[in-house]
Amino acid sequence: MSEFLLEMRQITKEFPGVKALDQVDLKVRPGTVHALMGENGAGKSTLMKCLFGIYKPDEGEIYLNGQKVVINNSKDALQYGISMIHQELHPVPHRNVMENMWLGRFPLKKFGPFSLIDDQKMYQDTQQLFQSLQMDLEPKTIVGSMSVSKVQAMEIAKAVSYNAKVIVMDEPTSSLTENEVEHLFQIINEMKRRGVAVIYISHKMEEILQISDEVTIMRDGKYIGTWAASELTTDLIIARMVGRDLTNRYPERTNQPGKTVLRVEHLSSSFEKSFQDVSFELRQGEILGVGGLVGAQRTELIEALFGLRSIASGNIYLNDQLVKIKSPVTAIKHKLALLTEERRVTGVFPMLSVMENTVIANLYRYIKPYKLLDEKKRKEDAASSIARLRVKTPSINTLIKDLSGGNQQKVLFARWLLTEPEILLLDEPTRGIDVGAKFEIYSIIAELAKQGKSIIMISSEMPELLGMSDRIMVMCEGRLSGVVDGRVATQEEIIRLATRFMS
Amino acid sequence: MDLKRLKSFLSQNAIYLVLFVLIAAIAITDSRFFSIVCLRDILLQSATRVIIALGAAFVLITAGTDLSSGRMVGFAAVISASMLQIPDYACRFFPNLPQIPLWIPILLSILVGLLFGLINGCIVARFSVPPFIATLGTMVIIYGINSIYFSLPPNNSQPIGGLRPDFTNLGSGAIGTGEYSLPYIVLIAIAVAAIVWVVFNKTQLGKNMYAIGGNVNAAKVSGINVSRNLLYIYAIAGALYGLAGVLEAARTGGATNNYGNMYELDAIAACVVGGVSTAGGIGTVAGVLAGVLIFSVINYGLTFIGVNPYWQLIIKGLIIIIAVAFDIRKYLAKR
Repeated sequence: MSEFLLEMRQITKEFPGVKALDQVDLKVRPGTVHALMGENGAGKSTLMKCLFGIYKPDEGEIYLNGQKVVINNSKDALQYGISMIHQELHPVPHRNVMENMWLGRFPLKKFGPFSLIDDQKMYQDTQQLFQSLQMDLEPKTIVGSMSVSKVQAMEIAKAVSYNAKVIVMDEPTSSLTENEVEHLFQIINEMKRRGVAVIYISHKMEEILQISDEVTIMRDGKYIGTWAASELTTDLIIARMVGRDLTNRYPERTNQPGKTVLRVEHLSSSFEKSFQDVSFELRQGEILGVGGLVGAQRTELIEALFGLRSIASGNIYLNDQLVKIKSPVTAIKHKLALLTEERRVTGVFPMLSVMENTVIANLYRYIKPYKLLDEKKRKEDAASSIARLRVKTPSINTLIKDLSGGNQQKVLFARWLLTEPEILLLDEPTRGIDVGAKFEIYSIIAELAKQGKSIIMISSEMPELLGMSDRIMVMCEGRLSGVVDGRVATQEEIIRLATRFMS
Repeated sequence: MDLKRLKSFLSQNAIYLVLFVLIAAIAITDSRFFSIVCLRDILLQSATRVIIALGAAFVLITAGTDLSSGRMVGFAAVISASMLQIPDYACRFFPNLPQIPLWIPILLSILVGLLFGLINGCIVARFSVPPFIATLGTMVIIYGINSIYFSLPPNNSQPIGGLRPDFTNLGSGAIGTGEYSLPYIVLIAIAVAAIVWVVFNKTQLGKNMYAIGGNVNAAKVSGINVSRNLLYIYAIAGALYGLAGVLEAARTGGATNNYGNMYELDAIAACVVGGVSTAGGIGTVAGVLAGVLIFSVINYGLTFIGVNPYWQLIIKGLIIIIAVAFDIRKYLAKR
């Protein structure tokens, strides 16, 4: 019997252009809660995906109870007793709790030559399990009608019913109320008593210090170290998560912020869990960074500015004029542009050419008599704008899916610049782009600001926020937790603001 | 609060209310509609449609669709009719075929349906062809095969008639006599509905079907063999279409290669009006029965009170659209 229940040794995983994991170790003892910490993009999720066979590590080995195991898919993981409670839970929404629990392994009873499902046994087993875990769940509730915390409890019970030895919880408290968190911790303590090891991924420092026994910290895909939680403080954790040398370079910025162009007052989403009571200003030629953790509702906020999400209350002023933006059409008329976070899902049209992708938001400008499009002008505009942004493409007729991520992003910039916007909303503009191309994107952003365009840039990469922003507004759990000066702010300051309202 | 509950009750049970209102409206126009004869006629008209619609429901609940059902019904009707003609009929399909037991051609027709269902399932599950396209292809292919069979000499595409009385009795006979009688095919449809109810609610296959349609990834992660389950489901649906084809031939006392034309759309319409979601994961046997009955009531009832048949088409189309527009409100995601 090994001292550790689970050992991941020297795990390395490389993606084209990025070393996502570089010889990472994770050693978890039975009956403990092991916190896994690091900034967004530090490699926590990649490591967990390797544990679940979703990714195959390039190097490294996994041991369970001292035995080497190879995990090829999530079914293997389940069989080895490894379960995961996802940040976004994935049940079958229209069916009830017990069916979700026993899916794929229903209890059967013989009925002559036929095997029918033993509803009674399924109900009793489920009840018993809930009782032993002290969960207040009813086996016949339709899952789609339950709160997130109850679905989560159900998923934990499901993991227990699979005899899980290791349970991974990815941001389990991100959508729970205080009481629900308390209850979750009770369940986790019960798991510990049963000898289960819990790998706990969270950004909430106090929570980590309260619940976990050991903490492993990662940074930039590297293993930093493992410490007993009792030896750590919030400040120590932050210092170890952040402590990096700034290898990224940023272009020099010569933009001069001018008068206020956008003023947002007390903006609240129609949904309680989304952004609430956010007020800020944006000046002409300014780059306003938006920092915060995943789930801080930053994307929701700027999508609401662009008319994609509903607003319950609050006002938006453009050049001191009150405006109502109910749809992207109005937003574009008001000279706003939005580059979305999920380039592949809401940005590019993969099967269209670079030219079509460039002019698509602007087609009305090319209408000739009889509603035909002016081909010559479309080509000229596309060609000149992609030349201006230095898009590397064989021709304007190349399909955009054949370009690299960085060049696709430049085409999207070209698309929006053709609409002649005054305010650009950029959501993670360099996500999934390799380091060289990042610099070019930064140069484009800096150049636009210099020309007097105003920019709001969401970024989860701390150096990027600090390197590019004139001011940085930080959000936490849907609220604005502070605005700092981009030239003098520190990473520690931002992390503290980003976790300010967390319990 | 009470208003809210009333609203939710209305939206949950809209389909049954529509059925009730329709019957009430027709009965008010002509009170003779409330008679056992009318009720039996409506049930008689619904019987084969129920069987087809239940087959379609299997496939729809897995988030699939089946366009080949109508043509399978036609092929099964032709096969069974071609082997069950009276010995001294002038133009027999198989002039020298002896008097074979009734169950052999019936079983054969059902097996042909099952086989084509398996082919559908195989194309969808193993080759990942979208169900709409896969069954669009087999729909055309099955019609082709059926027409070749139908045009074989000596039949040469003549409508198949002169069916054996023991066979037609299956379609037109009844338990009891006169006003208080229950047609055999209605009994068969009720039995099929009962069996399908058990499959949907009490078997692993049924639960897997809902899981696959509701969230295919959750199903995979839970260790369900998705492609094998799909194969079974399409095969069962095919067998039901085969059975329905046999009963159509028996009920009408004949068959041509055009039998079953467009039945697939009637079946899908009945399912969606009955609350089966084309997005998958949702649907009940009771809903499908109500969906079929609505269309039978429209057909029969509106003819009964003398509504122009072209207007009936318009009413039918509107009901499909309105029913689904209401139904979808239950599931629309908010953001």
